[in-house]
Amino acid sequence: MADSASLARHAPGTDASLVRVEGLSRDFEVSKPWLNRVIERQPRTWLSAVSDVSFEIRRGETFGLVGESGSGKSTIAKLIVGLLEPSAGRILFDGQEMGGTDGRAMRRLRRRFQMIFQDPFASLNPRWHVEEIIAEPIRTFGLARGAERRREVARLLDTVGLSPTDAAKFPHEFSGGQRQRIAIARALASRPEFIVCDEPTSALDVSVQAQILNLMRDLQDEFGLTYLLISHDLSVVRHMANRIGVLYLGRLAEVADGKRLFSEPRHPYSQMLLDAVPDLAMSGRRRKPVEGEIPNPIDPPPGCAFHPRCPHANDRCRREIPQPRRVGNGEVACFGVEEGRI
Amino acid sequence: MTEPLLSVRDLVVEFPTRRGTLRALDKVSFDIAPGEVLGMVGESGAGKSISGSAIIGLIEPPGRIAGGEIWLKGERIDNLPPERMRRIRGRRIGMVFQDPLTSLNPLYTVAEQITETIRTHLDVGQREARERAIALLDRVGIPAARRRIDDYPHHFSGGMRQRVVIALALCAEPELVIADEPTTALDVSVQAQIIDVLKEICAERGASVMLITHDMGVIAETADRVAVLYAGRIAEIGPVRDVIRNAEHPYTVGLMGSIPTLVQTADRLTQIPGSMPRLNAIPEGCAFNPRCPKVFGRCRVERPEPVTRGPGREVACWLYARGQAEPSGEEEARRG
Repeated sequence: MADSASLARHAPGTDASLVRVEGLSRDFEVSKPWLNRVIERQPRTWLSAVSDVSFEIRRGETFGLVGESGSGKSTIAKLIVGLLEPSAGRILFDGQEMGGTDGRAMRRLRRRFQMIFQDPFASLNPRWHVEEIIAEPIRTFGLARGAERRREVARLLDTVGLSPTDAAKFPHEFSGGQRQRIAIARALASRPEFIVCDEPTSALDVSVQAQILNLMRDLQDEFGLTYLLISHDLSVVRHMANRIGVLYLGRLAEVADGKRLFSEPRHPYSQMLLDAVPDLAMSGRRRKPVEGEIPNPIDPPPGCAFHPRCPHANDRCRREIPQPRRVGNGEVACFGVEEGRI
Repeated sequence: MTEPLLSVRDLVVEFPTRRGTLRALDKVSFDIAPGEVLGMVGESGAGKSISGSAIIGLIEPPGRIAGGEIWLKGERIDNLPPERMRRIRGRRIGMVFQDPLTSLNPLYTVAEQITETIRTHLDVGQREARERAIALLDRVGIPAARRRIDDYPHHFSGGMRQRVVIALALCAEPELVIADEPTTALDVSVQAQIIDVLKEICAERGASVMLITHDMGVIAETADRVAVLYAGRIAEIGPVRDVIRNAEHPYTVGLMGSIPTLVQTADRLTQIPGSMPRLNAIPEGCAFNPRCPKVFGRCRVERPEPVTRGPGREVACWLYARGQAEPSGEEEARRG
């Protein structure tokens, strides 16, 4: 154990970024079946779920990704943990490229990041005891065996606020919040440095959500974890993230420091999104009505994908795709901001 | 106060199971005034949706109303024969459900579904019904309503479909609309649009709304009054502003503290330990007592009755019962 713990702490290079995503794209084929294409003389069709996305996640921070449905949040999560292969671009974890050809190096790398999924009812095997569920990563990476492994499982259950005696139970004996704790314990079992959290609290009630978010923060402090937090809930991301990326139709519209994004959003889409959040403080602010809906990602609008809903759109926005430009501490992909119109 | 449009008194809903009877709603009472928007909040299993289903007489058997009364404008509706209830549903009480795809029939065009509903409940001809349907679709914000009315539900996006459902719920000019998580399946930017449409159009027509949601933010922006449910009972009910800014029931206090907001600065969220009890294991006395930071002896044995704490405001908590010592200063400080 001592070995692996020191392995987890060692950091080759002094690079502040733990994960670097460069020009990441992923397309999905959504063509009709071959015969239909031949008869109807239609070409293959593709959906770009993620196009040309670049960002970095710094060691020890929580990077939030927000966006509405179809914005590519979950696809990015799956690409980063290797559940999907990118169509283009690359992902560097601690300086090493993911999906390289060296299987053993990849396996060593694989231990260092984990994922927590949205639905704790689907992500835990209902036929396994909690003990087996949590011990699986320990066994897979050969981190401990026998009595030591059982002690490790008990310790992990204790860490996430469950009782070591829960190890003998099945997932159905737990509530949603407790199941998410089990999922977190399993994610921690391989002693990772980086955890991808894909909507970790969306299936939970608010009071339970608060428990899980607090737990995630405590674990981050205790183990020096780095999080990629994906959520459609802006208040959750605001509460948790140091830096936030706003996705729209598979592209990053804006990356900014958490506080800054909420105090002065630059991209018109970020502004619209923030304006749409119901106001619990009841400040009586009058919201600008939000225009339109998200376009169909199979047939996205030309130029900036946001232009049909954007109050500042001009001809250039309808023709060219804006690239992210450095603005202050963050990046904004908008011609309006670039040209000083907004 | 004027006579309430809807009055629910001591409503009990039970589900018999092999292992005994579960009480999904336990003596719930509330009123909705004409034109009022009443929010119902609570976590899953608190009984929000069941209270909606009970009012429209659509509780899935073997569940049943086991006690209490429901009055709609002076008429008792909880014991009506199914045929009479069917005429009230749709005509006097409209419904909007969470998932617009399941509340629309995929085999009929929007025009067919809306005109059928109008003609079932109102005495108008086909042409008139169609004109009304177009006007209504236009009002709920469907662009080019005259052309799109002949489309099928799958031709519309999620947000547009929910607009169609709102039009459908309102087409027979009901007095009450029950909206059960109307925006939960939608994205935030669309959610705001739908809430605005629902609120405006009901206000225009003087319809009352019972808005069932787990989202306090939606309640804060939409409702006049709010009822907070916990384990099938109303913990607290009152004007939205009072309940949100100055919650009194310890559960509401915990709930409000646990919601991350866009303006807060606290590092940690307030958390309520544990989770809501399952229906087969509701504790003695106050259902919240095992999780309550201010629990004392009485809470564990006796169920608190709602205590009036102001106009339209009731709290079911022993802390506020008459003859009960006021909470100590230390507790007050913690609450603030």
